[in-house]
Amino acid sequence: NQSTVNTAYDRTLPDPDYSSLKPQTSLNLFSSINASLSHILETNPSSVLFGEDVAFGGVFRCSQNLREQHGSHRVFNTPLSENGIAGMAIGYASMGGLAIAEIQFADYIFPAIDQIVNEMAKMRYRSGSQWDCGSIILRTPCGAVGHGGHYHSQSPEAYLTHTPGLCVVMPRGPRCAKGLLLSAAECKDPVIFLEPKILYRSAVEDVPDEPYKIPLGKAEIIRSGTDVTVVGWGSQLRVLEKACNLASEKFGIECELIDLRTLLPWDAETVIQSVEKTGKLVVSHEAPITCGFGAEVVSTIQEKCFLSLEAPLKRVCGYDTPFPLVFEKYYVPDEWKNLDAIKEVVEFAQ
Amino acid sequence: MASIRVDGNDVFAVHAATREARAYAVSNSAPVLIEAMTYRQGHHSTSDDSTRYRDSDEVDSFSNQSDPLKRLNKFFEEHGWMDSDDVAAMENQERKEVLKSMESAEKRSKPKLSTLFEDVYYDKPDHLINQEKELMEHIKKYSEQY
Repeated sequence: NQSTVNTAYDRTLPDPDYSSLKPQTSLNLFSSINASLSHILETNPSSVLFGEDVAFGGVFRCSQNLREQHGSHRVFNTPLSENGIAGMAIGYASMGGLAIAEIQFADYIFPAIDQIVNEMAKMRYRSGSQWDCGSIILRTPCGAVGHGGHYHSQSPEAYLTHTPGLCVVMPRGPRCAKGLLLSAAECKDPVIFLEPKILYRSAVEDVPDEPYKIPLGKAEIIRSGTDVTVVGWGSQLRVLEKACNLASEKFGIECELIDLRTLLPWDAETVIQSVEKTGKLVVSHEAPITCGFGAEVVSTIQEKCFLSLEAPLKRVCGYDTPFPLVFEKYYVPDEWKNLDAIKEVVEFAQ
Repeated sequence: MASIRVDGNDVFAVHAATREARAYAVSNSAPVLIEAMTYRQGHHSTSDDSTRYRDSDEVDSFSNQSDPLKRLNKFFEEHGWMDSDDVAAMENQERKEVLKSMESAEKRSKPKLSTLFEDVYYDKPDHLINQEKELMEHIKKYSEQY
């Protein structure tokens, strides 16, 4: 039934004007997600929340009090079985309910990849839209956390964005997490919602108490500039902001910083417009550089902006090794590596 | 598949079950599942506070009734093979050994940064050689930051 528009992607919907949405509460990322999940459970009677350890509040506290507030038939634990969690979400959503499933660490999403890639992503396509499992939000903590090592630090977005049929979203903080999660709850496509775990406690913002939505598939320019376009997502934006500040202070370089917010489908238009202005691009992500999502961004931009380019397009990413433990500090694409790349492309163009 | 369920906190029962299972496996060339029943007294990990989801009374009860070391110590005491002083001396000695090992491990220097790029493959491929070079040059250039 294609008669209704998938409003979750409505790009005509402007970003919320946060200054006008009062009252607001200072919340960290897990509290903002918690409040958003509670709102969804409250307003969508078909919604259920399940995963490992979600009943007592979740290992990152995202689901605290939700079972008490909404009932044990709405918020419940699953066995330790990622393919089961994904499969259950698919089954529940295919019957029309909103399934909010949690994979405890994104590093553990791999047992579920067959369910996600071959079932979740293809149900609509293989049935010619006769059936779908669009009412899924699969939430999972991702990214470096300082001590996560190989199996508590991964950013698996490249595997997921390579799968047509999925929507892949990553918030950079409590404010946009709420808007993106509430949009995901109405999205007619299954959404993989990647939550940078280092931000759960450390990212604190004033979040409007009322519900609001941020359109999926739309990037946000969080800093304007004319010298170079810098693109990232999730917790990497904090690193990139530091790099942009350093570039401005030390070298008078003004960067235009863009948060993609949605990786699939990604807002190429916003990045294209920016690069046509600046002529230069630096993309940065923690995930290993080879075939990381940065490669997709760079490929598209070189194709669409070739004649506007003044320097090669740079990627500043994790190395092509498993995520290390004791060497995390050297592995991650920090502000110094990004500053160096920004300086390099600006100097190339001069 | 043949299986046996045993009290996993009874060292003698586990030994007997394992002995029988091995004999069965060897003589039948078939696998055996040993289901050893136990209880996790500690937290799931250092990041876990298990009092959030279980009563401390429950933990104490299992500890008193079923802790394998307590049971074994009691068994030895009842036979007059060890007394509580022997146990204390043994625990003290073990604690010293562990602390000594920890101290010496803590004193060991960190591995070389070059190990970051080793053991990804049997031989280090070109792209990793290049990335390692990039990292080393970067650290040299921004040495105050590292």
